[in-house]
Amino acid sequence: MSTRDLACAVIVFVTAGCAGARVETPNLGRPATPAEIAGWDISVGPDGVGLPPGGGTALKGAAVYEQKCQACHGGKGAGQPNDRLVGGHGTLASKTPVRTIGSYWPYATTVFDYVRRAMPYVQPQSLTDEEVYAVTAYLLNLNGIIGETDEMNAQTLPKVTMLNRANFIIVYPRRGP
Amino acid sequence: MDGARRRFLEWSIGLLAATGLLTHRQDASAVEPPEVPPWMKSPGAGFNDYGVPAKYESKVTRTFGRSQAGTTGSGAIRTPLEALEGTITPSGLHFERSHSGVPDIDPAKHRLLIHGMVKRPLVFTVDALLRYPMVSRVHFIECAGNSQLLYQPTPPNLTVGQTHGLVSSSEWTGVPLRLLLEEVGVERGAQWILAEGADAAAMSRSIPMAKAMDDALLALFQNGERLRPENGYPVRLFLPGWEGNMSVKWLRRLKVVPAPIMTKDETSRYTDLQADGKALMFTYPMEVKSVITRPSHGMSLPGPGLYQISGLAWSGEGTIRTVEVTTDGGRSWLAAVLTEPVLPRALTRFRLPWRWDGGATVLKSRAIDDAGNVQPEREKFIAQHGNNAIFHCNAIQAWSVAASGEVKHVYA
Repeated sequence: MSTRDLACAVIVFVTAGCAGARVETPNLGRPATPAEIAGWDISVGPDGVGLPPGGGTALKGAAVYEQKCQACHGGKGAGQPNDRLVGGHGTLASKTPVRTIGSYWPYATTVFDYVRRAMPYVQPQSLTDEEVYAVTAYLLNLNGIIGETDEMNAQTLPKVTMLNRANFIIVYPRRGP
Repeated sequence: MDGARRRFLEWSIGLLAATGLLTHRQDASAVEPPEVPPWMKSPGAGFNDYGVPAKYESKVTRTFGRSQAGTTGSGAIRTPLEALEGTITPSGLHFERSHSGVPDIDPAKHRLLIHGMVKRPLVFTVDALLRYPMVSRVHFIECAGNSQLLYQPTPPNLTVGQTHGLVSSSEWTGVPLRLLLEEVGVERGAQWILAEGADAAAMSRSIPMAKAMDDALLALFQNGERLRPENGYPVRLFLPGWEGNMSVKWLRRLKVVPAPIMTKDETSRYTDLQADGKALMFTYPMEVKSVITRPSHGMSLPGPGLYQISGLAWSGEGTIRTVEVTTDGGRSWLAAVLTEPVLPRALTRFRLPWRWDGGATVLKSRAIDDAGNVQPEREKFIAQHGNNAIFHCNAIQAWSVAASGEVKHVYA
């Protein structure tokens, strides 16, 4: 086999997509600008990375809640017609567990992330960051986790310790309790 | 008509009636030989732009539970497993689970952003993705909440589609995610990827890098055609074998991150509360499972004789190796015949001929995968996990057969 034949054979081998080989791709991604990324990057990690400037307290959040959330989640997060958000403490090992932000959720940052991306259900991504901070503070306060004048912001929210945090068992990569 | 054929027809009609599939009653003698049927005496219909099932099958539909209060698109609709055979789910009968409805996405306007811990954050159009090297693979996808009614203390009085129909199977075609991750250049220490959908819930999950680099796909085609809107059109993430919600539909963003984001759907939602109040988190693969689809709840056997037991088995942790069936309530188990091809992380059809003697009995199936996982009896499963979980129930399903021929869901 000539050197040229061997080179051709190698190309065929690689482009056939054999395991471990690099498959040639057309490289059609275009560079994303920082402004484009900033406009779409709405995820917030438990370390607080991704939290925007601003802040809010439960006192301010009560008004946001009554206007934007109460119709689905009931007065003071009591639930009905949709998910209950408050209470249920001490029920998780009972025959009728009540999973709420207070009784179940392991991270306070998740409340901010989820409210900002998906709530209110009929108008997601319509609340200002200040409103999301405030309503997050309100829900944490209703669950007895923070005081009503405690401001939630990019520094304080990741430091909130949720009541059920220690009761989650991560099973990946190994399965089983 | 000979006796065996008459019994088969009666059984079929019994099935149809029981499952609401009987669309019309016709006088069988009208088309019996030697009479020539009327549809041979004039030309048939012309062509369709897009084919649809026979009108006589119009009652083969999915079962919708209910959307969350005040919403129309937050819930699930289930595949009628009792009405189907083989291993591929027709795209129009594929189960759906959406968290805030099905978005109407113009593919020309859709973008996929990949950023975070990468050397080159990039934006891809759908047209661009369609030019990448693709692979095609047959896989099931199963909602983490499939079979969740088996957690309840009393047997649900429902068909197999209604209890187990949050699993479906397709041939998925798309671009290996690994190729795009190589293009953006993942930085060292990046162990996770946040995947986010372009629906109104901006549904998001953290995906381990190991899975992303292994067999994850950006799926563009389902059963040969572009994805159905409810299955993620124009592009979805597809993670073979893992709980369905992680295969984020309408994929718009992948952010490479050092640790899980702890989104709502991986903390408060898709975690498994155990009897002691602890909760399992990141329970990704769907466990080995099987269920007999025929006969199953709501059907009726017309009388003693030979029947073909048919069912489905699957495992998110490998390939089905064996399915055992008992027709005597668990006293003896027989290996069923697995229909080829038996593929990893794919629905596998099993069949077993069974001569019913007319006595009351219980039918069950038990799947074993090539990793050695064995589907557990419900009693053992509940003893281990309790009744408080919602997801990842892979307990053995039992159907009782009464002397009358009636088939019902039981715990046995």
